[in-house]
Amino acid sequence: MNVVVLVKQVPDTEGNRKLDPGDHTVDRAAVDPVINYIDEFAIEEGLRLKEAHGGEVTILTVGPERATESIRKALSMGADKAVHVLDDALHGSDALQTAHVLAKALGTLEWDVAVAGSEATDSRMAVVPALLAGLLDVAQLTQARKVTVDGSSVTVERVTEGGYEVVEGSTPAVLSVVEKINDPRYPSFKGIMAAKSKPVTVLGLSDLGLDQSDVGLANAASEVVSFENAPPRQAGQIVKDDGSGAVQIADFLAAKKLI
Amino acid sequence: MSDALDRLDLLDLDDDLGPEDRLLRDTVRKFADDRLRPNIRRWFEDGTLPARDLAVEFGELGVLGMHLSGYGCQGATASQYGLVCAEVEAVDSGLRSLVSVQGSLAMFCIRAYGSEEQKQRWLPEMAAGRAVGCFGLTEADAGSDPAAMRTSARRDGDDWILNGSKMWITNGSISDVAVVWARTDDGIRGFLVEAGTPGYSAQEVHHKLSLRASISSALFFDDVRLPASAMLPDGRGLRAPLGALSEARFGIVAGVAGAARDALASALDYAGTRTQFGRPIASFQLTQRKFAEMAVALQQMQLTARRLGELKDAGRIKPHQISFGKFANVSTALHICREARSILGGSGITTEYPVLRHALNLETVYTYEGTHEVHTLVLGSQLTGIDAFR
Repeated sequence: MNVVVLVKQVPDTEGNRKLDPGDHTVDRAAVDPVINYIDEFAIEEGLRLKEAHGGEVTILTVGPERATESIRKALSMGADKAVHVLDDALHGSDALQTAHVLAKALGTLEWDVAVAGSEATDSRMAVVPALLAGLLDVAQLTQARKVTVDGSSVTVERVTEGGYEVVEGSTPAVLSVVEKINDPRYPSFKGIMAAKSKPVTVLGLSDLGLDQSDVGLANAASEVVSFENAPPRQAGQIVKDDGSGAVQIADFLAAKKLI
Repeated sequence: MSDALDRLDLLDLDDDLGPEDRLLRDTVRKFADDRLRPNIRRWFEDGTLPARDLAVEFGELGVLGMHLSGYGCQGATASQYGLVCAEVEAVDSGLRSLVSVQGSLAMFCIRAYGSEEQKQRWLPEMAAGRAVGCFGLTEADAGSDPAAMRTSARRDGDDWILNGSKMWITNGSISDVAVVWARTDDGIRGFLVEAGTPGYSAQEVHHKLSLRASISSALFFDDVRLPASAMLPDGRGLRAPLGALSEARFGIVAGVAGAARDALASALDYAGTRTQFGRPIASFQLTQRKFAEMAVALQQMQLTARRLGELKDAGRIKPHQISFGKFANVSTALHICREARSILGGSGITTEYPVLRHALNLETVYTYEGTHEVHTLVLGSQLTGIDAFR
């Protein structure tokens, strides 16, 4: 089973993340970049699929030059090779354009399942896996907390608000996983050193049969019109317990859809 | 905390790390944050350590004996080993002791002085952390003067009969194999003594105020019969164990900079939020002077460790340079931890903060693997050409 893991490099959530006031895109220089947290679970799941069913794990990343660091880390964890789609014209591409690029890049690979994290910590749209499955017209098995493969059949437990659904599809399929699914491994020293000699194919737009007019901020279907900093935290609401405190707290949590 | 770490790197030393070294450093730091830091306070307070479980985890990371080559070892550079020691010791010197005794003392001796059979048998298992080793040189009455050791081995046919005892042996009572140095009619020789050998026992030392998250033991040998194949064939005389100690001291030089960094970062965070007289205590001149002095001293320690790594990787490090590193860095780390403790005030004496725990641990590091005094005299001898203690 050949697995492609979609890995995004994002600004570290522990840093003071910013948008660029000029073009409203993520300011990638403001904070050190890291692998999108949930993508580490996708990498782990990809590696486990390979360990159970054979084949290869390929990392696929669309991102700027510096995304090499994240690719290297993914290879250190045990992936076999990587494809890095790198093109200045990609700057500012939205989710739909990114899915389009990923679909083209997947077309250069032999794969059975593509595994992504359920969302990225920067944009938090969580739509790319679904868009990608739609564009490729393949099974969409998203928000998985468990993945089982039997031949060409892939079954996932898909997390919902109230529990989970069992969804089955056949390969090729696009999966997204949530962080409950596994416990990502640490890169070993051996893995770190081995990653240096693993192949990373760098592809530009023209290699994918795409044109500058297909991607980039100017051609995006969606647009960040404006943004502002989150308002400072407001004083909390104090509940005085007159015997109904527990009920009031439960009502409050229910109103926020937290329970 | 990571913000404090960035601020402490005044000389941008981090910028010079290559991509592999940075990923190695970040991986060990994350492992330490995930797996070690949440537990260290409990281990220290309870005076215990799940050392065998941790050895397996360190083995999976590939850091046990990483700077050795072949037999399942990784062939890392000394500088890379130093990076690992700093991140592990940033959590606790006891944890770094676990790693350095396994890799730099026990595995190093087998790699450097062992037979092919001994290497094949032990090194892959020890690199994986499935087997744990210890190193027995010090005795109750022979510390800085190991030549005064009483433990002896005499021939009996092809076998050896080992008698004596060793003291302050890290990992001793949990080890599968002990590298034991003993007098013989052929000078001082090393032997591999396996756990369970009749006449061999180990007893854990309790009631410590330092390195509480580390297993320290006494080893006892009562007519222990060893086959000829238990002897390390290529290590002869005191030079052999002292060579291993030079390896381990290198890890200390880099490691203690981690402990000092952690204490200083903790104080920097604390001073930014602790308010007295209506202002954060970080705003007071006396506090800022402490920070300036500590941060400069820390970076000097890191530069020393880096230089020794360069010399070691170039294959031309000399014993007095290792002594320079241990002499300079351990005392500086101890000073930083004590001074950082003063910034945390009363909170600094609790185990809620790592600062005094580091200082307490460093009291041991100051003494073990060549006391501060012995390293002082090695430097004195190097400078004057006169040995003060031989």
